[in-house]
Parts: sequence; C-alpha cells; structure tokens
Amino acid sequence: MFTAMLGEAWHAMGANRMRTFLTMLGMMIGVGAVVMMMAIGEGAQQSIKKSISSMGSNLFIVLSGPPNTAAARSATGNALSLNVKDADAIAELDGVAGVAPTTMGSAQVIYAGNNWNTSIIGTTPSYMEIRDWVIDDGYVFSNSDMRSATRVALIGKTVADNLFGDDTDPVGKTIRIKQSPFLVVGVLNPKGQSLDGRDQDDTIIVPLTTAQRKLFGNQVPGSVRMMMVQAESDKAMPQAEEDINNLLRQRHNIREGSDSDFSVRNLTAIANTAAETTRTMALLLGAIASISLLVGGIGIMNIMLVSVTERTREIGIRMAIGARERDILLQFLLEAFVISIVGCVIGILIGVGGAMLVKSFTGTDAVVTTQSITLAFAVAASVGIFFGFYPARKAARLNPIEALRYQ
Amino acid sequence: MSYVIEVRQIYKDYQTAAGAFPVLKDVNLAIERGDYVAIMGPSGSGKSTFMNILGCLDRPTAGEYFLDGHQVSQLSGNALAQLRNKTIGFVFQGFNLLARSNLLDNVSLPLVYSGVDKKSRHERAEQVLIKVGLGNYLNSRPSQISGGQQQRVAIARALVNEPRLILADEPTGNLDSKTSEEIMQLFDSLNQEGISIVLVTHETDIAEHAKRQVRFLDGKIVHDSYVESAVMEAS
Repeated sequence: MFTAMLGEAWHAMGANRMRTFLTMLGMMIGVGAVVMMMAIGEGAQQSIKKSISSMGSNLFIVLSGPPNTAAARSATGNALSLNVKDADAIAELDGVAGVAPTTMGSAQVIYAGNNWNTSIIGTTPSYMEIRDWVIDDGYVFSNSDMRSATRVALIGKTVADNLFGDDTDPVGKTIRIKQSPFLVVGVLNPKGQSLDGRDQDDTIIVPLTTAQRKLFGNQVPGSVRMMMVQAESDKAMPQAEEDINNLLRQRHNIREGSDSDFSVRNLTAIANTAAETTRTMALLLGAIASISLLVGGIGIMNIMLVSVTERTREIGIRMAIGARERDILLQFLLEAFVISIVGCVIGILIGVGGAMLVKSFTGTDAVVTTQSITLAFAVAASVGIFFGFYPARKAARLNPIEALRYQ
Repeated sequence: MSYVIEVRQIYKDYQTAAGAFPVLKDVNLAIERGDYVAIMGPSGSGKSTFMNILGCLDRPTAGEYFLDGHQVSQLSGNALAQLRNKTIGFVFQGFNLLARSNLLDNVSLPLVYSGVDKKSRHERAEQVLIKVGLGNYLNSRPSQISGGQQQRVAIARALVNEPRLILADEPTGNLDSKTSEEIMQLFDSLNQEGISIVLVTHETDIAEHAKRQVRFLDGKIVHDSYVESAVMEAS
C-alpha cells in the first residue's frame, strides 16, 4: 500500500516535470543556503577556537600605563611602570601559575642572503609554558641564558621558512638580528593566526635580558611594557586579578582613590567574548538562511493546492472506487514530502559544494558538519509535511460526487 | 429471497438559498440478487441522486438503505469507502480512467485500496482485462484506445474486486450505437454470471437489455415492471 502510494507520488511528480523542478528549486536553495551558512558559521567558530587554544589558558595580561587611557596617551611611550621584580612578586601569589615579563619590538633578521622583518619577543622561559608553546626541534633557552644574556633565539615557523627555506635545518645556525649574531636553539611549533588575525609564527623569542641589553638598549634596565600571567585555574581567575591589582598598587605606592599606573586585562574573558560573538553570528546566518527554507515550503503548499484543484476529478474517481479519506490525505502528503526530501538532498549537495567553493576562493574556513546536514534534512522533511498537510486535507475532504462532476 | 438492495422510504433534500429542495420523495425499491435493472426518467427526475445513494457516495436525508443485508445509512465515511471498494463496482458515462496510468494500473487501482500486494494486483487485473477482451493492451494508456475499449477498461476496473453489484450511470451515453450494443452484451453476460446490475439510461433500446425497468419522475418511482422478453430469455 505505502510503496504503491510512493510510486504514485513519483509518477505524479514526473507528470509535470517543470513545475516539480521549480517547486523543488525553492527547497534546494533554502537547504543549500542553510547548509552553506552553517558551514561558514561553523568554520568561523572553529578558527576562533583554534586561536583561543593557541593563546594559552586562564591568561591575564598586565600592561604598563594607567587603565582606561585613550590610545593617544598610552602610545606616547611614557616611562614603563612595570619591571621584573613586580613579575617575581606576582609569581609568589596564590593562584598564579606563572608570570612572564615581556618586551617586544621588531627587527630586521638576516641569514645568508635572506632578509626578513619580524617581531622580536624578549621574555623568560616561563613564557613558553604560559602560552602552552612547544619546541618542534631544539630546546628552550634556560634561566642561566637569562642571567648571562646569551645571544640565543627561538624562531617561529614563518621566520624559519623565509630565512632557511625547506632544505636547511635552522637549529645550530647563526642568524643576525640588528647586525648582532644569534644562535638558533629551537624552532617553535606553529600556532597559526591569533584572535586579531596576526601570524603568531612570524616571531622570534629571545631571553628578556638579551633583548633589553643587546637589541632594544635604551630602556631602564629591568622595566617591561607588559607581563603575561597565568592563573592556576579558571576558578582562581577573579581572585588572582584582585590580588595582582592590590599587590602592584602596594608595590607602586599608589594611594587609595588614585589611578593605577598599570592595567590588568583578562585575556580569556576577551577571547570568550569573541567566541560568543562568532557563535551569535553563526546563529544569525543560519536563521536568515532558514527564511528561504520557509519560502520554499510555501512554494510547496502553493503548488500542492494547484495540484489538488487540477486533480479534483481524479480524487473523485479514487474515492468512488474505495479510497478512504486517509488514503487521499496520505497520497498528497507523500507527494509534498517526496518533493521536499528530493529538493533537500540536492540542496545539501549544493550547500556542500558552495561551502567548498567559498573555502577555495576566499580561504575562509567553511566546515560542513553532519549535525548541520541532519538538521537541514529534518527541517526540510517537517516543512514538507507541514506545508503539504493543508492541501492534502483539502483533497481528502472533497465531496466525491462534486469531485466526480468537476470538469 | 434476499435482496442485494433494499431502500425504504428514502427522502433526499438539497439545501438551496431558497430553502430545502426535495429531490427524492418516499422512494421504495427492492432489488433481488442477480437482478438486472434499468432506471429511466427525464433529467431532474432524481435518478442520478438515487444512484449516488445506492453507490454509497451520498446519504439520504431520511429513510433506510440496506446493501447486501446491511444497514448503511448510519455507516462512517471509512466504512462507506470500504463498501464502494469491495461490494460495488462503478461504471460511469465518462469512463473516468486515470489518464496518466496504463490499463493494468487503472484496473488494479481498487485493489491498492483493499491492500492487495503488487504481484496479485497485476495478476488479477490482467485476468479481468483478458475477460473484457483487452489482453493485448495491458500497457497502453487510455488515450491510445477507443471509447468502447475505454468503457471495457472501466468495466474491468469495476469487476476486479469481484463485487456483488455493478452500478452503471449511462454507460453507453458517450458511445455510438454499435459499440453501445457490444458494451450491453458484456453487461448481459456479467449478469448471467450472477452479478446484479443497476444501470441508468434514457435510451429505451438500452433499457431493453435489462430484466426490469424502473421509471422516475419528480423524485418518485412511477413505473416498475419486468420486461417480458428478458424474463423469457432468462428462463
């Protein structure tokens, strides 16, 4: 019985191919749009997640200079208020897992005939743990390198590629940073893009003391622009933030009521906000695409109503030879269902193809998940049943005598 | 003697803007098993309405209708559909075949609604199509065969579920006289096999094939008699 009905539905669709195709097209575009938009949203979310996990977990950044200052004032380069002794004090706090005082700059780097301009991070070995950064090859410089300000460097993947190419192993080679020779002791494991879109592998890490004394010399010794602080856990973060603030205010002799000369930012919170924003955007994309699915459903309803009217006489004949109301209902419902399911399957193919095109042309990540396909399928099936029901019921409720008389 | 059809004091009103309009007024009729009845009468006499009630497509406003011994006036829509499917076979003036389906599928359609599987459906449909002389056209479409052949397909469709009763509403109305005669001969032979036949016609030569003639006028039966020759022939 059911297979016979399915056959009939297929038959009826074949009888009016152009119309069936156009009705399906609405469904195809709707499903295709949903799958593609969800793929783009998912891709954005995944790349954000990757950036966040590449950042390290439970991070604060402590910046020298008062909080809430306008960019213009902080950029004037007033005296740096933080120094390595502050860092040592923070490291002693409960709930703090590690502190890395950091100075930054950029410099021209040379190896053999190759030139590359990159950012230089001067920091302590703990930076590697805080950023959850490992070495692919070689070793991390030690605290004794810190004390004696050795000229050693860890280079990022991008720097290694540009200076050495594929064939040469950078470890053990000597590069020139601002004309002074540095021994490459390790190559950093690639991290990819940061949250703000910078290439995190386009960097060189050197000991803080080396950076301050031998690369960016004109600074008060020991003072730094920023520190990375890692809390022991997510739960410890609020308390740690308060403790860092109190400790630094005390160390810097800041009276109650006056502004601090530093600021503490919760990087993890900022990252979570970014992730939340992306999630909302993905949701919005999906919601907008769903509207076209709805329009496709209305198209199905419209065409089914026309079909019921056209086939009134056929319905009358079927009723006269013994079709029950539910047989007629099932027949038309099945027809709407088959149209929407076939449209949906083609739409999924279009959506997956579209996502791949977007990926290859724009480089944006677009990830089609089975979850999004299942969702599109389920929605399309329910749209078919929902919008097919009214016309089908209309057909089933026809009066057989009037239907037989219909010309 | 048991009756295949028995109607008692049937009334049927149609609701119009001007109020209830009576179409059938106190119609009583009993048709025996194996009977062959021609219902005649001018347009508007109520014979089509009466046929619709006999065919369980419509319900009387008042009165009782027994089909094959069962009271049907109070049955549900689904039960009526089942009666139309199994007990009654319909033949219409306009053939009413499904244009998109081939003859085999057209004839097997009633079996779809009685839940017969595909293999037996096609076997039975083929048998009746052979019986009405269309064994060579199983996969043709209705538009590819003549009117007389189309009516044979319709008769095959009416027969496929082995009904007790065939109701034919002007079955020869769209056919020329020669083809009409052939169709009527088919009805005659079906009646001889024991199937009860009720047909509506306004042509006297068609009505003469029946054993019994019933005439409607203004919603009432005004004449009911057995045809001499038919009675003679049957006996």
